[in-house]
Amino acid sequence: MNLSRREQLTGRVFLIALIVVTLLPFVSMLSAALQPRGTVPSGLEWPSDPQWGNFADAFTAANMGALLRSSLLIVAGVVPVSVLIATMAGFGLGQLRVPGGRLVFGLFLLGLTLPFEAVVTPLYYQMQDLGLLNTRWAIILPLIGLYMPFAVFWMRAHFTNVPVELSEAARVDGSSTWQLFWRVQVPLARPAIASLTILMFLWTWNQFLLAIVLVDDASKRTMAGALGAFQGQWGTDLVLLCAGSLLILTPTLIVFLIFQRQFIKALIQGSVKG
Amino acid sequence: MTSALGSAPTGRDDRRARPTPARAHRFRWARAAGTGWLYVLPALVMYAVFVLRPLVLTLQYSLYDWNGIGVARWVGLDNYLTVFTDSDLLKIIGNAIVLIVFFSFIPVALGLLVASMVRRITTGAFGTVVRTILFLPQVIPLVAAGIAWSWLLSSNGLVNQALRAVGLGGVARAWLGDFDTALPAVGVIGAWVLLGLCTILLVTGMSKIDPALYEAARLDGAGPVREFLAVTLPSLRQEIGVCLTVTIIAALASFDIVYISTSGGPGLQTTVPGLEIYRLAFSQRQVGLASALAVVLMLLVLACVLPIQRLSRGEKP
Repeated sequence: MNLSRREQLTGRVFLIALIVVTLLPFVSMLSAALQPRGTVPSGLEWPSDPQWGNFADAFTAANMGALLRSSLLIVAGVVPVSVLIATMAGFGLGQLRVPGGRLVFGLFLLGLTLPFEAVVTPLYYQMQDLGLLNTRWAIILPLIGLYMPFAVFWMRAHFTNVPVELSEAARVDGSSTWQLFWRVQVPLARPAIASLTILMFLWTWNQFLLAIVLVDDASKRTMAGALGAFQGQWGTDLVLLCAGSLLILTPTLIVFLIFQRQFIKALIQGSVKG
Repeated sequence: MTSALGSAPTGRDDRRARPTPARAHRFRWARAAGTGWLYVLPALVMYAVFVLRPLVLTLQYSLYDWNGIGVARWVGLDNYLTVFTDSDLLKIIGNAIVLIVFFSFIPVALGLLVASMVRRITTGAFGTVVRTILFLPQVIPLVAAGIAWSWLLSSNGLVNQALRAVGLGGVARAWLGDFDTALPAVGVIGAWVLLGLCTILLVTGMSKIDPALYEAARLDGAGPVREFLAVTLPSLRQEIGVCLTVTIIAALASFDIVYISTSGGPGLQTTVPGLEIYRLAFSQRQVGLASALAVVLMLLVLACVLPIQRLSRGEKP
């Protein structure tokens, strides 16, 4: 590629500027989190005596243990079920090509651009009627439904591209649809399933609107919802707020850094295909 | 959630119409179609109960005057009339449209700029680090982005510190609390969140362009601008479409960032439809009006996104 040196250099400079801008908010938060409690920190100033203990205080104040548990429970309730039923639906629509499948798929597509705000009010009353308000189920059940348009779309796109001959061969061998699904199709769909799992984990962990509307008790919310409550409670104590926010971010960041390749792949595919 | 409309690979639909000579075979396929429905059903049920039903209810509520507890009174299209005539509500919808400039146009424009200069991020360790860092804002909750930037843009924050350092202390202010700067300041937060994503998507698309196209353009004596217009822009049409779709939905349906950083204030300066729906429905108990606004928001999203989809996926002119 014959980009001139000068162009390439400006490109690099822009890229590095972009990186700095991306990281600055985190660094600024860290510098504030390490100031002595009760002081008024300023933008970016490395403290002479970093107060790492602030993180311990924030851990207690935010009730991190309970929050982690709650978020994990919600993720455990949402992600496996969503992935399973979306994979099955994708298989039904993309491979088995059930009659009337186009219509159903169109129905799912309808929900693809739906802002959650559009359904949150009726969901509140629906959860009230079911007696589930203020329980984790109030977040789990609607999220599964709300993820279906994207998830089914995603899995169907995969299964449409698997040659039907493969299924036919399995049938000739006398395997049932159920066996065909588990023994042949699911193993082949592993990459698509992995990406979907990652995206759903992320979206669930970071879900805010449903958490604040449907669950009052911060210790039964998602991480993002709990962070909202934490800000409400400690908004005036900037040092603690920054420490707490960083702490709440840490689990996601760790998971992101471990599965970094898969995450980026999933995010790129997720938006391109989506 | 970063989802948008798109067209899945359609596959060959003639497969289904394949002639099946043996009767038994056909019988088996018919049975398979029956079982096939069992696979689709769980997803469809969850979707119907927790999305389609609420959606229909939103439509229904929007035609009533209801406080959420008492008896609902049929008002026809009055709520919609209010949405389109009430100056506050119009302003709120306008705010969301202004945010598109920040959430969408700025990240896409800057992303294009970087992409056209970098063309491909090196595959080595540097590339991995770049990608990882640029994706950070996508991974953290928007709430956290809101908290971080509230601090950055506050009176003692980094932005003002930097301004004072270069002798511009006069412009320093509480950016999110100032009537004139609050909305752009919220916009900057959104731009920060989406910039990395757009850049990576565009650079990834860029790396798929055949270098021969650029060589041909150079041989024809095209300068960088012409090259950008004639080669880069048309080749990246699909990626640009994706970026615009994702970011416009993020702007119109914004909630988290605004809720955390300004709660819609000062006044109504940064109130967006999402926040107003929440307030109307749960604080002011005007469920009907909230629902009408929700329907309008939904249609607004479609009105913005569908033309983009058509343009970016359509045949080349």
